[in-house]
Amino acid sequence: MLTRRKLLKTTAASGLALASGGLSAPAIAQGAKIRLGYVSPQSGPLAAFAEADQFILDGFAASEAGANFEVIVKDSQSNPNRAAEVAKELIIDDGIDLMLVASTPETTNPVATTCENEEIPVISTVAPWQPWFIGQQGNPGDPGSWEPFNYAYHFFWGLEDVIAVFTNMWAQLDTNKSVGALFPNDGDGNAWGDPNVGFPPVLGDQGYTLTDPGRYQNLTDDFSAQINAFKQANAEIVTGVVIPPDFTTFWTQAKQQGFTPKAASIGKAILFPQAVEALGNAGHNLSSEVWWSPTHPFASSLTGQSSGDLARGFEAATGRQWTQPIGFAHALFEVAANVMGRVSDASDPDEVSEAIGATDMQTIVGPLAWNGAGLPPFAAKNVAKTPLVGGQWRLKDSGGYELVIVDNKTAPDVPTGGVMEAIT
Amino acid sequence: MIWVDTIIQGILLGGLYALFAAGLSLVFGIMRLVNLAHGDLIILASYLILILVTATGMNPFVAAIVAAPVLFALGWLLQRFVLNRTLGDDILPPLLVTFGLSIVLQNALLEGFSADSQRISLGALETASVSVGSLSFGVIPLLTFASAIGVILGLNQLFYRTGIGRAFRATSDDATTASLMGIRPNRVFATATGIAMIVVTISALYLGTRANFDPSIGPARLIYAFEAVIIGGLGSLWGTLAGGVIIGVAQTLGAAINPEWQILAGHVAFLVVLLVRPRGLFPRGND
Repeated sequence: MLTRRKLLKTTAASGLALASGGLSAPAIAQGAKIRLGYVSPQSGPLAAFAEADQFILDGFAASEAGANFEVIVKDSQSNPNRAAEVAKELIIDDGIDLMLVASTPETTNPVATTCENEEIPVISTVAPWQPWFIGQQGNPGDPGSWEPFNYAYHFFWGLEDVIAVFTNMWAQLDTNKSVGALFPNDGDGNAWGDPNVGFPPVLGDQGYTLTDPGRYQNLTDDFSAQINAFKQANAEIVTGVVIPPDFTTFWTQAKQQGFTPKAASIGKAILFPQAVEALGNAGHNLSSEVWWSPTHPFASSLTGQSSGDLARGFEAATGRQWTQPIGFAHALFEVAANVMGRVSDASDPDEVSEAIGATDMQTIVGPLAWNGAGLPPFAAKNVAKTPLVGGQWRLKDSGGYELVIVDNKTAPDVPTGGVMEAIT
Repeated sequence: MIWVDTIIQGILLGGLYALFAAGLSLVFGIMRLVNLAHGDLIILASYLILILVTATGMNPFVAAIVAAPVLFALGWLLQRFVLNRTLGDDILPPLLVTFGLSIVLQNALLEGFSADSQRISLGALETASVSVGSLSFGVIPLLTFASAIGVILGLNQLFYRTGIGRAFRATSDDATTASLMGIRPNRVFATATGIAMIVVTISALYLGTRANFDPSIGPARLIYAFEAVIIGGLGSLWGTLAGGVIIGVAQTLGAAINPEWQILAGHVAFLVVLLVRPRGLFPRGND
């Protein structure tokens, strides 16, 4: 007969046995599966970010540590309201111990805010930290009022890293330092174009002149005003944070109207190879920030796979080219397993949060610790930064594009695959 | 010279909006049906052209010609078996049904084609341009504008020179009397939607080659199409072209002052026309 006393004894014993083995630790050893909630945009306009989810989840379930977890996956439908709603379902109906969330502030922010209110620990990624941290504050305009979070933790890079990567890439080319900017009237565009924390002050300090015609609306059908302004300023560099259809419209019109800059470093629009392919041959040597690639010299703490192994595994399993969010989705589960390996009670939100804050580990996206390195004091508790480098899309002889890392001054560990080339 | 360039770019942009609006204008003019799924039908047609191009390697212009009869049939069936049932004194059912259709189409396309950005490739023609003095204009925008004029010219000929056109006008004026004369309004409506879908195919060709599209992008330009129809006067096809051009030029002029005003300027132009001519620039006599 199984009594309460007997059960406690046996579970404690098996806990000890497990604890002596490799990865295990108290919470993981208690037998009952730890419940993870995972929210990502699997459908809707942001769905490309989540295309690797199933592959990552299968890999996690098959890993040694993954056997201790039950992952409940919800689709945000690329809709912030829906993201908050499913987060609430996960917390209240499914009783999760830890929330994981990925991809764009539209997904991470509502989920993180819900978790913070419900006092459930959350780890989030794939959104620059400024829109994540500042975007969740009661008054984003007043830095004095910003408060750190108790349960919400985030890892990714920030605006300062993109600016450094882009200017490093431009410094490799011989240009007249005249930069044209395409900043839309959305969260990203306003942050990039912000006269205090965005591109303008840094570019000014480094001797660049910036032509910023103004904030345009997303899904604009005509960019001749911007093209004329860039032509007049004799801009040899174009930068911006543009959605894919708008960049195709801009780039096609620029070519039609005879405007070809030497460098075009664009955030967001050319993240995925499919979007670059949509430009035909005109996508050659476009540059963007690179957060993760198969050549990043990091390995998974869950499976021991290298970055290259993970990317090749994805390509073999799906027949599709690797994309940058794959590494980060994997890293999210690495952190979850690592954190739960260090707590004695997975259902105690305070203990779990504390363990997240104390994380210091190697992941497939690089070393990770919430130690405040490279961050202003207000964000030090909740944000951890991962390395960022710069890359260019190159046409392959076999058709299609590949992303080649051309600048690693910001993260010298990541090997380059070539040098910056001018667009011709 | 920049101002000349700005205005001509705006006129060319207006051609695109007029193409989007022509299909709407046709359907509204004949059966007073506001089709909220118009944008999604354009995206559906873009995917059909894309499939034809990738599967057979045919030229996108040829693919559009192949796709047109398929979409005509689809439009005919859609009107005959779905939309005709919603027509009546109440204007709400067609709105709700086409709104629902819009959501169904978006999700079906997402399921079938994933959220990837797609584009119909035209090769070197995409970036080809014609130079006039110091100005240069893209070949594709010029073709778009020419097609808009062609479509409207064609529809006008159809309306005023053919038997089916006479049936369209008669049904539009008074469906009950027309049916006394032996015209079956349901058949006429189905044919009209079929023809509107051919216009949709032409719009899809230019939307799909101009920039990326994905399943969710359909409704974005619907507002400009509606505005072009209203500015021109409901049911007036040449008015629709004028409406498109007015919005296009307002947008590029607004953007030349400051890109923040680009979209707003188009909407302001629309409101000004509504204030001055509430029934549009070229209203029909008997609405």
